[in-house]
Amino acid sequence: MKSATSQRLGGFTLIAVATFTMFLLSICLGSVNFSLSEVLQTLLGHGDANAVHRQIILDFRLPQVLTALLSGAALGTAGLLMQTVFRNPLADPFVLGVNSGASLGVAIVLLAIGPIGLSLTDGLAGSGQMLLIFASSGGAAATLFIVLLLSRRVDIMSVLIIGLMISYTIGALVSILMFFSMAERLQSFINWSFGDYGNVSWSQMRYFGPAILCGIVLSSLFMKPLDALLLGERYAESLGTRTKQVRFFVLLGASLLAGTVTGFCGPIGFLGIAAPHLSRYLFQTNNHQVLIPASILVGAFLSVSADFVARGPGLDVVLPLNAITALIGAPVIIAALVKQGKMKRLF
Amino acid sequence: MGAQVKITAKQLSIGYQHSAGETIVASGLDCSLRGGEFVCLLGPNGAGKSTLIRTLAGMQKPLAGELRLSGKVMRDIAPRERARAVSVVLTEAMPSGMMDAYSLVSLGRHPYSGWFGGLTGQDRERIDWSIDAVGARPLANRQVSELSDGERQKISIARALAQEAKLMLLDEPTAYLDLPRRVELMSILRNLAHQENLALLLSTHDLDLALRFADRVWLMTPEGNLLQAAPEALALNGKFAEVFATENLDWDVSTGSFRAHPMACLKVRLEGQCIERVWTQRALERLGFGISEDDGKVAFSLKVNKNSWEVERFGLNQNFENIESLIEWIRSVDWQE
Repeated sequence: MKSATSQRLGGFTLIAVATFTMFLLSICLGSVNFSLSEVLQTLLGHGDANAVHRQIILDFRLPQVLTALLSGAALGTAGLLMQTVFRNPLADPFVLGVNSGASLGVAIVLLAIGPIGLSLTDGLAGSGQMLLIFASSGGAAATLFIVLLLSRRVDIMSVLIIGLMISYTIGALVSILMFFSMAERLQSFINWSFGDYGNVSWSQMRYFGPAILCGIVLSSLFMKPLDALLLGERYAESLGTRTKQVRFFVLLGASLLAGTVTGFCGPIGFLGIAAPHLSRYLFQTNNHQVLIPASILVGAFLSVSADFVARGPGLDVVLPLNAITALIGAPVIIAALVKQGKMKRLF
Repeated sequence: MGAQVKITAKQLSIGYQHSAGETIVASGLDCSLRGGEFVCLLGPNGAGKSTLIRTLAGMQKPLAGELRLSGKVMRDIAPRERARAVSVVLTEAMPSGMMDAYSLVSLGRHPYSGWFGGLTGQDRERIDWSIDAVGARPLANRQVSELSDGERQKISIARALAQEAKLMLLDEPTAYLDLPRRVELMSILRNLAHQENLALLLSTHDLDLALRFADRVWLMTPEGNLLQAAPEALALNGKFAEVFATENLDWDVSTGSFRAHPMACLKVRLEGQCIERVWTQRALERLGFGISEDDGKVAFSLKVNKNSWEVERFGLNQNFENIESLIEWIRSVDWQE
């Protein structure tokens, strides 16, 4: 037992150091490169650097990397919760349809209301950006509300299928909206669906940060009943777990996390599946006291790395974030599965 | 028996509630279970054994009637308090991957641990005791997914024991085990019931084991009644025969087991006193021969001694050195002549 504990501690230290390194690297490198000492001095408040550099580091790079960090942590946690509650290794933070709800909200704003005359500033800056956040958060919240309401009447597997069906329904509505839209509106919708951590400015961080922290704290409160749920709902109940209540709050917490990220950054795929699986593989346990912090760290690491790659340091392009998360996430899952031999041992 | 009554049911109806109404599986059940008692729940498939166990465990609401746990009405007991009083071992699969046996057993401490589930020294003591009680010490550090069915069942029972509940309900814990494993498990459970003063109810299809180990038997009939008695009493009064016997199966009261109908009524005269005689008789019965009790007409007579089987048929003698060749010979002869 002793060696297992120290091994875990070592694992956590390793990921934390790796995440912090990626964090600094992400701030240093980009379309403009800074030296590490310049970045550190600016972050610590020593004003030696010139004003433009200060502005790039503090007002653009830092919030973007922080957003990547928080989003990754949120999606990793949410994915873990969904996988445990649904006892399904394929569950991700969006199984209840929060991302399709968000996309409908955004589609209505960009595709339906926009053409009628609501002026959206080009490039979605300023108030237009805030409107998008409201639209997607509202869409996510509405979907979540409907699914949670229905989920009280059925068993957990049905909740999974209901979430899936609602996603399909909403996806169909979005397709219809897209069909009747102008090309440039369509382009801005597609840009939103690529996902982008650069949308969260400091003024939006005031809402984004606390919402994510709330979701993570709420989820962490349920470590023990989540362990009990690993035995299945019946056994969990026999251990004194109020499964309906736990299920409700856990789904709420997970959806709050997933919905917030989708609302501010667009639908970010794959991190939610990859982070918990990689954590299980690294720590060889299903204990949530280990897995929740592990998924937070691993999620944050993968997310910051994906953002770093997507911004293409040294290149003059910004790649779609969603493509990068999938390119990183999918091989990670495949590698873990192949190494482990079979799913049964991993999940 | 001054033992305190742990659970009592009066006029209990069990079954399922759904939007179209109720499906009653069994009704009018009166039963009680007290500490120090090892009770086996028997009954044909579909009689409602699992439903009764889930209802007694408080996991499923009774449709009617009264269910009390140590005097308190079951549905008024808070989940955590109930979990300290009742533990279960169910038929459903345990989690598979990424969990060692010790962690699985330690989940049984949930009704006692704090908000985040941290374990105290006392918790660890009880976990260790539970693992030792089922003889699973060598398994403690192994992954649950690598255990055999029997080992997993032991760990599952250790988990229930860690719950420190005075009432333990087990739904077919011996189902996938081989015979020696079943006997081992049954004796572990009976000893626990007696030594730890647990009230232990176990459903099983294994009549033979129930007859050997149970202090009492609850017998669920296909009509939805519950008979309770000492196992021997149910054997003698023919209730087992009534509940289980089908047109192809007879209850043999002399051996306490079921037997397929004999096909032909050919008889054999059997002599001998050794252990080989017992097994020879079983072989003959399996092959469809009756044992002649008198001097009536027989197909052949057989004298059994240690390592020798002497057959006399139509005045001819034949000797077999082992039971295998005897059986081969019996099967090769056309007895219809």
